[in-house]
Amino acid sequence: MLTLGLFLHPWFSNQSPTTLTDALAHPPSTLHWFGTDLMGRDLLSRLVYGARISMMVGLVGAGVSLFIGVLWGAVAGYVGGYCDGIMMRAVDILYSLPSVIFVIVMITTLEGLFKNWLLQNFSPEAAGVARLLFLFAGLGAVSWLTMARIVRGEVLSLRTRSFVDASRAMGASHTHILLTHILPNVAGVVIVYLTLTIPSVILYESFLSYLGLGIQAPQASLGSLLAEGSAQINSLRLYWWMVVFPGLLLVVMLLTLNFIGDGLRDAFDPRSEKI
Amino acid sequence: MYFLKRLLVLPPLLILISLIAFLLVRTAPGGPFDKERKPASPEIERRLLERYHLDQPLWKQYLLYLKGLSQGDFGPSLKQRNHTVNDIISQALPVSATLGAAAFLFSLGVGIPLGFYTAARRGHGFELAGSSLALLFVCVPALVVGPVLVIVFAVHWSIFPVALWGGAWHMVLPTITLGLYFSGKVARLMREGMLTTMHADYIIAARAKGLSESAVLWRHAFRIAVLPVVSYSGPLLADLLTGSFVVESLFQIPGMGVFVINSALNRDYPMIVGLVLVYAVLLLVLNLLVDAAYTWLDPRVRYD
Repeated sequence: MLTLGLFLHPWFSNQSPTTLTDALAHPPSTLHWFGTDLMGRDLLSRLVYGARISMMVGLVGAGVSLFIGVLWGAVAGYVGGYCDGIMMRAVDILYSLPSVIFVIVMITTLEGLFKNWLLQNFSPEAAGVARLLFLFAGLGAVSWLTMARIVRGEVLSLRTRSFVDASRAMGASHTHILLTHILPNVAGVVIVYLTLTIPSVILYESFLSYLGLGIQAPQASLGSLLAEGSAQINSLRLYWWMVVFPGLLLVVMLLTLNFIGDGLRDAFDPRSEKI
Repeated sequence: MYFLKRLLVLPPLLILISLIAFLLVRTAPGGPFDKERKPASPEIERRLLERYHLDQPLWKQYLLYLKGLSQGDFGPSLKQRNHTVNDIISQALPVSATLGAAAFLFSLGVGIPLGFYTAARRGHGFELAGSSLALLFVCVPALVVGPVLVIVFAVHWSIFPVALWGGAWHMVLPTITLGLYFSGKVARLMREGMLTTMHADYIIAARAKGLSESAVLWRHAFRIAVLPVVSYSGPLLADLLTGSFVVESLFQIPGMGVFVINSALNRDYPMIVGLVLVYAVLLLVLNLLVDAAYTWLDPRVRYD
């Protein structure tokens, strides 16, 4: 919660994350609590902004995976038969492709398709926003597989329950049954898994930003800050604060989210005793 | 019988995967020759395309690729000129696989005891400490561990070499970097497995027979409790053996992870499909082994 609070206050630091100062690569001081980066930007305010972006990517990416995963799993589990077979084999095959390649090809493809169009019709800033959108799409597109499997399993067992039969006997349509009877029953499992998806999406985003495929400069995410920091490792000068602080923040953020996820799982799962 | 059938399905499945990978990268815009000598004369470009059969219709290219594949030929690399994909894989895979195997052993070696004892010694302070440690490991990605380890142990104290590849001493930091996250995951799986197993009837029966605690834990509970770890270790090992970009680029290790990323970025078509296939073969075979291990560990599991 403490971590979440931090992201909601970009005015935490009164220095702009992009303001350049003369203090190039200064270690932490009273003026710049976490030091400055190579171009003299205040690391603390960059971290706050970066963490907000990472968090947003995590939330939206998990949201996209939720949408695709639940839809796919619910349809496969509910319709059953051949349809189920084909849809789940597709999931199996996507599992056996390395997801990194998939994401890279997808992001660069989308960008290739839209970049010129955006530059012509809108401003360069729009292209930056578009990059964020592609990132959401790409991350969502690779993280829905497990969700689909879980939902399908649940729906398969729910489908044969008597209240579904009763509803069908009363002439309810398939959409109606899916929306009012099946999905609410899946919600618990889905919410639990969703909270565990968010940290993994954040992790993936930091990895992509590390590759230079994620958030573009001058914007920053925790991953790109880490990449900047670890590019500066050499034995002559140690810019340790550029690695340690983003790393620490990422770890704290993931810890918080995992705590929430674990707690929710314990609360929803009747079998698990209090740990 | 069951496993024979699974083995027979492998080749068509791999062909299907190669087709999907092929179509995926070919339908994406951009080509392998985009980034070099930008004002390439149309003549040069035409010759390049012709040289690699890229001017043929797509289905014909795919058939040509399959033909090469049937003879064990992954084709030429379009970016690393004068190298075939076979060359690159045979040079980079052993490096990545060595590191990956070390990291795999590390994560099992740390994760299994950690998960086992935190579940076996319930209620001690040790349990809290152990499971917090496992949670911490899961939240510390290689991106963070790697640079911190380098700064502390290689640059500041100079205990380990900073980078490069050669000798066991070079492997310590990369192995920890790569394996730490997964050791946390394994520990959590192991713990969860133990906690569910400890309530099973046959454990209660074993206790009732008066078996010693260690016999109950090791001979009866462990076999079953380790199953989630076993099924996780299939995909995990496939992932680790094919290399990690972060670790390899951080420690400048000449492994496969770097090629995976660069081939996808550069649209090096034969390279991407080749690497995807290597990964897919590993994954499918390892999953098969995992299922075989299941029948051995849990006599209740039968396939037919």
